[in-house]
Amino acid sequence: MAQIFTPSTNTLSKVSIVAVAVIAGTGAFALTTANRWPWINNVAVAVEQDVPFSHKHHVNGLGIDCRFCHTSVEETAFAGIPPVKTCMGCHSVVWKDAPMLEPLRESYRTDIPLQWTRVHDLPDFVYFNHSIHLKKGIGCESCHGRVDQMPLMWKVNSLNMEWCLACHRNPQDFVRPREQVTTMGWDPMQPEKSGSSLPPTPQAELGPKLVQEYKIQSLTNCSTCHR
Amino acid sequence: MSQQAHDSTAQSGAVTTDLQKTKMWRSLAEYHGQAGFQEQLLREHPQQTQKVFDPPQRRDFLKLMGASLALAGVSASCTKQPKEKLVPWAKNPEQLLPGKALFFATSMPWSSGSIGLLVESHMGRPTKCEGNADHPASLGATDVWSQAAVLGLYDPDRSQTLTYRGRASTWGAFLDAMKAAMTEQVGKQGAGVRILSQASVSPTLEAQFQDLLAKYPKAAWHQWQPHNRDNARAGAQLAFGKDVAALPRFDKAEVVVSLESDFLSSAPANVRAIRDFSSRRKPRGGKAEHVNRLYVAEGRPTCTGAAADHRLTLRPSEIESAVRALAHKLGVEGGTPGLAGASFMRWVEAAAKDLAAHKGSALVVAGESQPPAVHALAHLINEKLESIGSCVQYVAPAELSGSDNTQSLRTLCSEMKAGKVDLLVMLGGNPAYDAPVDLDFAVGLAKVPLRVHLSLYQDETSQLVDWHVNEAHFLEAWSDARGADGTLGIVQPLIAPLYGGKSAHELLAVLNDKPGVSAYDTLRENTKKRIGEADFERKWRRIVHDGLVPGSASEALAVTGQKFSQAPAAAPAGLEIVFRHDPLIHDGRFANNGWLLEQPRPMTMLTWDNIVQLSPATAAKNGIETGDVVEIAFEGRKLSGPAFITPGHADESLTLTLGFGRRNAGRMGNGVGYDAYALRTSAAQHMGSGATLSRTGESYELATTQEHDKMDTNLPENLREEMSPVRVGTLDRFRENPHLVEKKEREDTTLYPERAHGEYAWGMVIDLNACTACGACVTACSAENNIPVVGKSEILRGREMHWLRIDRYFQGDPKNPKIYTQPIPCMQCENAPCETVCPVAATTHSPEGLNDMVYNRCIGTRYCANNCPYKVRRFNFFLYSDYDSESLKMGRNPDVTVRSRGVMEKCTYCVQRINRARLTAKKEDRKIRDGEIRTACQAVCPADAIAFGDIRDPQSAVSKLKAEPQNYALLEELNTRPRTTYLARITNPNRELET
Repeated sequence: MAQIFTPSTNTLSKVSIVAVAVIAGTGAFALTTANRWPWINNVAVAVEQDVPFSHKHHVNGLGIDCRFCHTSVEETAFAGIPPVKTCMGCHSVVWKDAPMLEPLRESYRTDIPLQWTRVHDLPDFVYFNHSIHLKKGIGCESCHGRVDQMPLMWKVNSLNMEWCLACHRNPQDFVRPREQVTTMGWDPMQPEKSGSSLPPTPQAELGPKLVQEYKIQSLTNCSTCHR
Repeated sequence: MSQQAHDSTAQSGAVTTDLQKTKMWRSLAEYHGQAGFQEQLLREHPQQTQKVFDPPQRRDFLKLMGASLALAGVSASCTKQPKEKLVPWAKNPEQLLPGKALFFATSMPWSSGSIGLLVESHMGRPTKCEGNADHPASLGATDVWSQAAVLGLYDPDRSQTLTYRGRASTWGAFLDAMKAAMTEQVGKQGAGVRILSQASVSPTLEAQFQDLLAKYPKAAWHQWQPHNRDNARAGAQLAFGKDVAALPRFDKAEVVVSLESDFLSSAPANVRAIRDFSSRRKPRGGKAEHVNRLYVAEGRPTCTGAAADHRLTLRPSEIESAVRALAHKLGVEGGTPGLAGASFMRWVEAAAKDLAAHKGSALVVAGESQPPAVHALAHLINEKLESIGSCVQYVAPAELSGSDNTQSLRTLCSEMKAGKVDLLVMLGGNPAYDAPVDLDFAVGLAKVPLRVHLSLYQDETSQLVDWHVNEAHFLEAWSDARGADGTLGIVQPLIAPLYGGKSAHELLAVLNDKPGVSAYDTLRENTKKRIGEADFERKWRRIVHDGLVPGSASEALAVTGQKFSQAPAAAPAGLEIVFRHDPLIHDGRFANNGWLLEQPRPMTMLTWDNIVQLSPATAAKNGIETGDVVEIAFEGRKLSGPAFITPGHADESLTLTLGFGRRNAGRMGNGVGYDAYALRTSAAQHMGSGATLSRTGESYELATTQEHDKMDTNLPENLREEMSPVRVGTLDRFRENPHLVEKKEREDTTLYPERAHGEYAWGMVIDLNACTACGACVTACSAENNIPVVGKSEILRGREMHWLRIDRYFQGDPKNPKIYTQPIPCMQCENAPCETVCPVAATTHSPEGLNDMVYNRCIGTRYCANNCPYKVRRFNFFLYSDYDSESLKMGRNPDVTVRSRGVMEKCTYCVQRINRARLTAKKEDRKIRDGEIRTACQAVCPADAIAFGDIRDPQSAVSKLKAEPQNYALLEELNTRPRTTYLARITNPNRELET
């Protein structure tokens, strides 16, 4: 009977041991890092909309507070997308004939709502609540970035669970005074720039103080967000 | 399980042993220690596919594990999220904030008394009904049917269009047809117009009827519903000479005798009765005060029978003899001495003595299916006992212009057959399905030239009419509805009619030649007449907000007993046949409601079927076993259905359940069970004698859950009392030692470290003495937690999905066993066996003591369910949730994930409600108040048997109950330290009957 295994089998078996380890390692690495790729999580990808609404213009240029449009952000889970009625409050007077705003006017006329593409979209099994984060002194900027510098919206954070937990485990690194939650570009070392009368304080000092003052609990158990 | 326990069961044969006398058992198979039962007990899923029990095949295992791991990895990390659209309003309405639920008051109309509801609405979509605490019929609690109403509203099988002879038509065409028909009738004064409705509790509808009858004086309004109060009405006539309804005050009664009155089962009008009754079953602080005693005589086990201190199994036809004997003992005219040898005399004598000793606080109630004489005698006994005014009030019935339904339908049928009817308008109801079979309703209907049917479904009657008008659900319509005590509730729509349905008000407006007048306007006008013009606008807003008209309860009517001289009914001969409505799908109107079909019936634990119930002795005599298909012949008609041997059922009697065997119910209800109406005649609507029973030789598989989810109950004798799941003690024993069971000091050891504790520690107490097993909590749990319907074949495999189940145990002789029930949600163990075995940490312990279940992390190993001693975990073997029906998506609770295939799920103490309360409290800078969180099961409970709250706050309601001496933990010996504990059942037996 002929031999089944030739001498080259020895080499092959040694190589395959290494190869399996390398392939498995690469695979595991790919799987764990996939969600961190912008290709998967859409970080830094500007999202086109039917009406090219510019946060940069409205927030930075005009100085409109976030809550002027996102009215329910302090009350409910959802920050709220403004109804066309809110837009028309100004745009029935300002830029009232601009062709760019025609979809807006048409929606107002016909009562057929506009459709916006979601930029920040959590999976349906995550129950995030905006109002409590504002109450506990987490600024819009902490999650949404410098919205005042975005002509079209994009995500600056992955919204992955590890990113959520980074703050839930160390809230003192992110908390800010409640009156500054909608401020863009808050810097605890330069509070006067945001019109605050607080003395300049490093975050390492201010954070723990606010955590205590706001009774911030570091809630990391599953049912905080999943149910 | 210990070896000892195995042995003790092995020894018990068919002979009654001592063990059997006190042992609690779930089925006759267990009682008789049938072969294979033990093996089944040890299995988590009794009818698992065989493959799972094949000898382990390593290769298959590795292959499967490899594949599932790879797939889990791929699906978890390489899915790109789909693009989603956000659609804000063009012009936003007031008050509506996305993510914030609003509650609106409304009422669920019900013929024996409506109930007030507060309905949760998310973005304009009703998702869950709660009780309206201001409504006297609710006091915050509800019943099974109001819980299931949301599913009824979104049922994709509802009729979605108006049809003319089966083809879609328009409202305009219908208006033209009605106008023509009614114009023709003007000259005849409406002599050819007949309206058939179910019992009406709406004064506005009543006013519209009267308007119509004023305009067409020769028109007639008939009423029919299969579950009617003909007997109660006739009984009141016999006793008092007028039609009055008894309004029992169970909270005032110390001794209650129920003559087949199932007042502790779930129904809108029973919610208050259960609350009142249970308030007398809550001994607190170790003191046995204010505890009532309940005597029940009934033909088959019901919730009321299970709660009884002395339950008498009696054929329903013999109850009249028993009540006559009872009346005789109490010196009420019309009573007749019972036969000395009669089986019930001992019970009657003891009850009579007890009643007589509690004058002014004793109460006798009669069931609606009992003949008028029983009702009359119950009223007269109450009068004799001086209980009228104290324990029972007599008021005008909730239904308006009520007439003898049977007579009314008989007249209508004969007129239809005689060709006297030109136009028949049926407002709801389904007479082609549920009319007494001897009246030949369908034959008469065929002779009517123009037939109109308003209905939620294209049902059996809709098939036989010209015009079918799709009806608006009560959650889509304006109306008003009287409660049992006369309180007038407002029916307010939560949503515009999904399919443009019309209400009875709108249809009557058409007949009244006012087609443009909306139900809202009619209701407003009628309310204005009632409360006056002065300040109406403000009062109206208040009424709509509160959901009821203040001070509208009926006044108690003065009644005087009349001489009762009706001769006793002839003793029934032969086999008796008894018709009873189903506790969940009722007379068939809810036959397409998946929640109700799938929920185990309180005493039989049966799902998805109706049955022919009979006693073990009758079954043995006829050689019948459970599951045998039997043929029943009665008055020349026949039907066949599966037999179900029921412990505690009367001998020589067959109980048939109505409401099944629907032909045009919808996809859920079509062809489920057999149609018992096929034997129901106008003379024998509730019972008849002379039936014959025979085996067909076929057998039928019944999906009953009575042997599912078994906890280890076959305990050795020395531990039986100490560790039995349901702990029971008599009131006398409770007085001696309120602990009932001597607490043994156990070493509280655990290998696991003490857990960090959060701000709160959630716990629950379920009072087994107050619970009546009505089942409202199970439906509420389904509604709150998006629990899917799995179907009969899955139930047969033990795969039911209810997070909260109600176990039922029998004890003692199967002829007349004691019955105990026990609701079992997740125990939220502090040392949870499920958590330690999860390989992916999908079930973890929260600092507040919840066993969190993370659906998105679960990979479906089912180790946790296998390791759960209470068997409360449920697994999605398939994609049970309906992802396709658009209308069902609207009814889901947006705060709870809709689970997919391959995921374990379980009760979480309604963590969404805990989180909602926590956020509110935090935003208001305070702690969560005691009672602020009410779990779905707690909120719905008519008996107020469930308490929930922070067990670290000694002042909380739940802590106080946990400090009661009769508080105990289920399977305490496992040291799981459950957060859910129970208050033991304390019975109050009459010493005379005990020996």
